[in-house]
Amino acid sequence: MKYALMGGLATSLMLGTAVGAFAQSAEITIESWRNDDLTIWQDTILPAFMAANPDIKVTFAPTAPTQYNAALNAKLEGGTAGDLITCRPFDASLDLYNKGQLADLTGLAALDNFSDVAKSAWSTDDGSATFCVPMAAVIHGFIYNKDAFAELGLQEPETQDEFMAVLEAIKQDGTYIPMAMGTLDQWESQAMGYQNIGPMYWGGEKGRQAIIDGTAKLTDPEWVKPFEIMAQWGQYLGDGFEAQAYPDSQTLFTLGRAAIYPAGSWEITGFNNDADFELGAFRPPLPNAGDACIINDHTDIAMGLNPDSPNADAAKVFLDWMGTEEFAQLYSNALPGFFSLSNNAITLDDPLANEFISWRADCQSTIRSAAQILTRGGTPNLWSAMWTASANVINGIQTPQEAAAGLQAGLESWYAPQQN
Amino acid sequence: MMPETSNVRKRPFRWHILVFLGPAAFVYTVIMILPLAETLRLSFFQVDSVTRVVTFVGLENYNQLFFNVYWVGPFTKALWNNFLFFVIHMLVQNPIGVLIAALLSMFHLPGKKLYRTAIFMPTLLSFVIVGFVWKLMLSPLWGVSKGMLSSVGLGSWFMPFLGREESALITLALISVWQFVGIPMMLIYAALLSIPEEVIEAAECDGVTGLAQFFKIKLILILPTIGIISILTFVGNFNAFDLVYTTQGPLAGPNFSTDLLGTLLYRTFYGQQTQPGDPNMGATIATMMFFIILVGVAIYLFFIQRRLTRYEM
Repeated sequence: MKYALMGGLATSLMLGTAVGAFAQSAEITIESWRNDDLTIWQDTILPAFMAANPDIKVTFAPTAPTQYNAALNAKLEGGTAGDLITCRPFDASLDLYNKGQLADLTGLAALDNFSDVAKSAWSTDDGSATFCVPMAAVIHGFIYNKDAFAELGLQEPETQDEFMAVLEAIKQDGTYIPMAMGTLDQWESQAMGYQNIGPMYWGGEKGRQAIIDGTAKLTDPEWVKPFEIMAQWGQYLGDGFEAQAYPDSQTLFTLGRAAIYPAGSWEITGFNNDADFELGAFRPPLPNAGDACIINDHTDIAMGLNPDSPNADAAKVFLDWMGTEEFAQLYSNALPGFFSLSNNAITLDDPLANEFISWRADCQSTIRSAAQILTRGGTPNLWSAMWTASANVINGIQTPQEAAAGLQAGLESWYAPQQN
Repeated sequence: MMPETSNVRKRPFRWHILVFLGPAAFVYTVIMILPLAETLRLSFFQVDSVTRVVTFVGLENYNQLFFNVYWVGPFTKALWNNFLFFVIHMLVQNPIGVLIAALLSMFHLPGKKLYRTAIFMPTLLSFVIVGFVWKLMLSPLWGVSKGMLSSVGLGSWFMPFLGREESALITLALISVWQFVGIPMMLIYAALLSIPEEVIEAAECDGVTGLAQFFKIKLILILPTIGIISILTFVGNFNAFDLVYTTQGPLAGPNFSTDLLGTLLYRTFYGQQTQPGDPNMGATIATMMFFIILVGVAIYLFFIQRRLTRYEM
């Protein structure tokens, strides 16, 4: 019985390989951590591709997010990984590329449809080679309760002064908590606070690059200013915000008790389901009227090619298709809040997602300032330090200057370009 | 009588000693000694972050831990927090445990078993449940603690206990006391019950009753048990990690005020978010934790336990 089973297995394996190798059609498998999206890939995205390419059969084979990195490494080393590999941003994928476990895709036609910022998460530090096709980013901004704004006669703020005036007006009225955010989990303070409003002060990509090159310091006024603004946030957060966790803030907002939620676009699906009032979104406020607008459009997910794939040609057809408008449209609509990184103009059905993506037309994009290079190796880790510093500033434990000085001293202690 | 020499010669090798010791020694070696040795070994190596080459660095990791300001700062802070955590347990958990055990053993309480079980119950709960339930109860948004304090006129005492630097560690320590007070209670209760009736009767004949009897007779007799409880508390507290991780996250906020050696070790060893894990540095911290606990236990064994008089009962 046991032998029969094994024999059957072996035969079917051989058959499977034979079909892959000899028949005209090819089968490719996608490795991914997005098991939440399994039905979307199976029912929406893959059928569209296979309708256009009937001789390529694609299977989406996700692993649980927490196990993905470890499982993928084991599969790549054992030679059993799928043909297409979903790429984490920055160092995790760069590491795979350096080990020869992701193919160099430089020159692939699809990559022309993406901006350099989009590609930076999956390129070598000097930008000479790109090893994944960017898929999606998440955009930061503020989601607000439209009903509450209408009730209080408020407009979407455009500048920092207007933003503070709106917060003050909501506080004076007293019906709503002005802003739903807590500092217990710390990361929101960094992601939805510092990285949300900051890029316009430090000049987006220019500022980020200056820190990497060592020509600017985190103690420069343009890096301290966002902290100074966040130091004023505390009074507009709910009572006891110091002990308020991330799910508390989400619930507070969707229950309609808070008017504004500092957000990332990944919240859209959840908020659409949970909130029974009308949702709106506005951009991070401009420092001054007429300033250039820069949004945090953080690269999050991409697709690369396993260099050992026996079906590399078919896989490349798929990667090329991922650069098309059709894919961008399908993907962004199936997962509102995860926006295609391609340069194609796309239209979304979800109004809130549409609002977020419309900002790309008027604003420059940047990524989270410490995501690339600055957190590679070295103690203390800048990313973790930013969590604590941002939460401390909102809690009033540290002044903006102290927080920035702490970050800069930590970075200088190990990052060579900052040491002169 | 056979001569003694032939007796020795004839005695066969006592295999049963090996057979009986073998399994325990094997399991203990595999589960405890090998990992400890491996941890110690890891702490002498370091991996190059770019080339992934492992090199022997001797005591360099320890040098970093003690002299690099970005390691020694968090380490001493975690050590100090850990010390406070331990002191709060010693001052609150163990006296309360003794008190409850004394009350349970002294009086004829109706429903005694119910109290005993109820007080012991939280010890059996998972840290995750304890952390979550208390976080919810203390929540300034949905928690019951604000209302409860207000109802007894202490509403102004309420604050976001877990979110303030000055109160977070004490709050966590008290939650942990609430969870584990059942252990000293049970051990002391058992010790109190094992005091022979004759001793108590003799004391009563001499006119030693009530509180005096407790302090002059019973407490002296249970001191060795209290010693054991102290050492269990010490080892448990210096290995603590779960409660802080479940309520405050890996960064042990606010501003690292609840960072214990365990959370520092976790963060270092496994990394967090974009902070890559550093198993070698983590092993260094783990080794230091081991030595701190070893020194603590040794001090107890050599200086305290020897002076405790044990009475035959």
